Amino acid sequence: MSGGRRLLILGGIALALWGMAYGLWYAVFAEHQALNNIGSSLASAFDAAARRNPAAAETAFSNYREAKYIYDRQVDVHGHWIGLALLLIVIGIGFDRIELSQRYKVALALALFAGAVIFPLGVLLQTFNHGPIPRGIAILGSALVIVALGGITLGLLARQTSAD
Amino acid sequence: MPSEQFPRVENANEMPITSLAPLSARRLLVLGGIALILIGMLFGDIFAVFVLHQNASRVGASLASAAHAALAGDTALVGASFQDVGSFLENRGTKVDTHVHAIDFGYLALLLAILLPWIAFSEATKQRLAWLFLIGASLLPVGVFLIHYVGLAYSPLPSIGWASIFADLGGLLVLIATLGLLLGLAKFFRSQVPRAVQDVLLLDRSRPGRILLAGGLIMVLVGFLHGAYYAGADLYRHEALDSSIFMDMATGAAANDARVVDRSLEAYGQLQGDKAVKIAAHAHIIEFGLLAMLLAFFQPYVSLRETWKLRWAYILIIGSVLLPVCVLMELRFGLVAGGLADFGGLLVIIALLAMWIGILRYTGQLDARTGDTRIGDTPIGDKR
Repeated sequence: MSGGRRLLILGGIALALWGMAYGLWYAVFAEHQALNNIGSSLASAFDAAARRNPAAAETAFSNYREAKYIYDRQVDVHGHWIGLALLLIVIGIGFDRIELSQRYKVALALALFAGAVIFPLGVLLQTFNHGPIPRGIAILGSALVIVALGGITLGLLARQTSAD
Repeated sequence: MPSEQFPRVENANEMPITSLAPLSARRLLVLGGIALILIGMLFGDIFAVFVLHQNASRVGASLASAAHAALAGDTALVGASFQDVGSFLENRGTKVDTHVHAIDFGYLALLLAILLPWIAFSEATKQRLAWLFLIGASLLPVGVFLIHYVGLAYSPLPSIGWASIFADLGGLLVLIATLGLLLGLAKFFRSQVPRAVQDVLLLDRSRPGRILLAGGLIMVLVGFLHGAYYAGADLYRHEALDSSIFMDMATGAAANDARVVDRSLEAYGQLQGDKAVKIAAHAHIIEFGLLAMLLAFFQPYVSLRETWKLRWAYILIIGSVLLPVCVLMELRFGLVAGGLADFGGLLVIIALLAMWIGILRYTGQLDARTGDTRIGDTPIGDKR
């Protein structure tokens, strides 16, 4: 088994397990609390509005915005880690069908694996810090995934064309 | 390069029986995995047609009721309306989770089926792990589906009901089974001289397989590009709008301004629609791309005529593109686009079902070969 293929398959399985373990932890210890937080802050905001208390409504909306921001990202991280892991494994299995030199194939595999790890990581870091660094990490990760996928697609199409 | 240079495996006769023997781990995972995907997709189609839009209307109506209650200063009705919103959202969320998890576990089962030759365990151990995986993969979606109906009845915990507990147990079983299979894989790679694995599935270079693999990869790439565009152009705008619309709604209610409340409610409905179609299009094109790629590897097991295998591959790809494209157009073209999207989903389901039946035929032929002493009289690969 070539190095690139091994990296994609083993890395993909490890990432899938990591994503599932994260999802299990999240479902058991965090999701219910997050949903309760979102629902209760929204209800409090409208309750405050009904009591004609705009300051309390604003505070409650601020809590809602923060809770929703974190919840959306935590769910996205779970989905993207597992989805990308599956993609890594599938591409790894068919990696010998790609018409590129071993050096390029290893570079593409590395870029795809690195992107699959750091793109959701950047999204997760945004729940701790809303600044530009976590966002930049997520953008870098997604760019790596897209560039690597583009290269792999071209390599596969080159092989397909020559096969036809 | 002429196709003859690739080893071609297009006939069931050429496949070793052991690769898909009765109740073997691979047969369990292949048939169980595709069945999970089919059930998840059918459930998703039924949910989209009969539940999704009705549920969204109820959420909107309850939200409007809460806003108008706030306008009237009725705090009790605000609370009651939000309880309804929570209940409708839970109903929707658990059904989406059921749909997604059944399909994703199906994908994982297919992946593990491909990887089985590299897993250095005995067939009996692989079978046990495959059963454990399938039990967990069935338990989780069923448990999640029941969360809304079972609630906290007879639960020993204050906020987690029995359905949730069983769903989490299902997830744990899947995790254990996957971890077990990973250990087998690690054992394979840690052996001093790893044996060379020659799996017929990986040698296949038939046309349907190549079309599915290339088509799937292109769909995944398009999905990622669309996702990147969505994150750059819409995600933060949507998030800012989501809370600012609510803020306007509450401010309007506090100022007793019904016009602002109604305008905010309308804007909120449009925002939710815009978000939903973009996220659904992104998720579906990637999921369908992955499915096409996975199915590419199993084409040698699909015991159908080559022309039909090719047709089903094209139908799967056409449906996979039609659904997300039409979902994206739903806001502009309404029910016509929605109907076409559902038709696309149906095409994928039919193509997948055809491939599943093809694999079932193949396993039947294998079983007949092992059980039939008159094997010479019965051509196994006979493409009737």
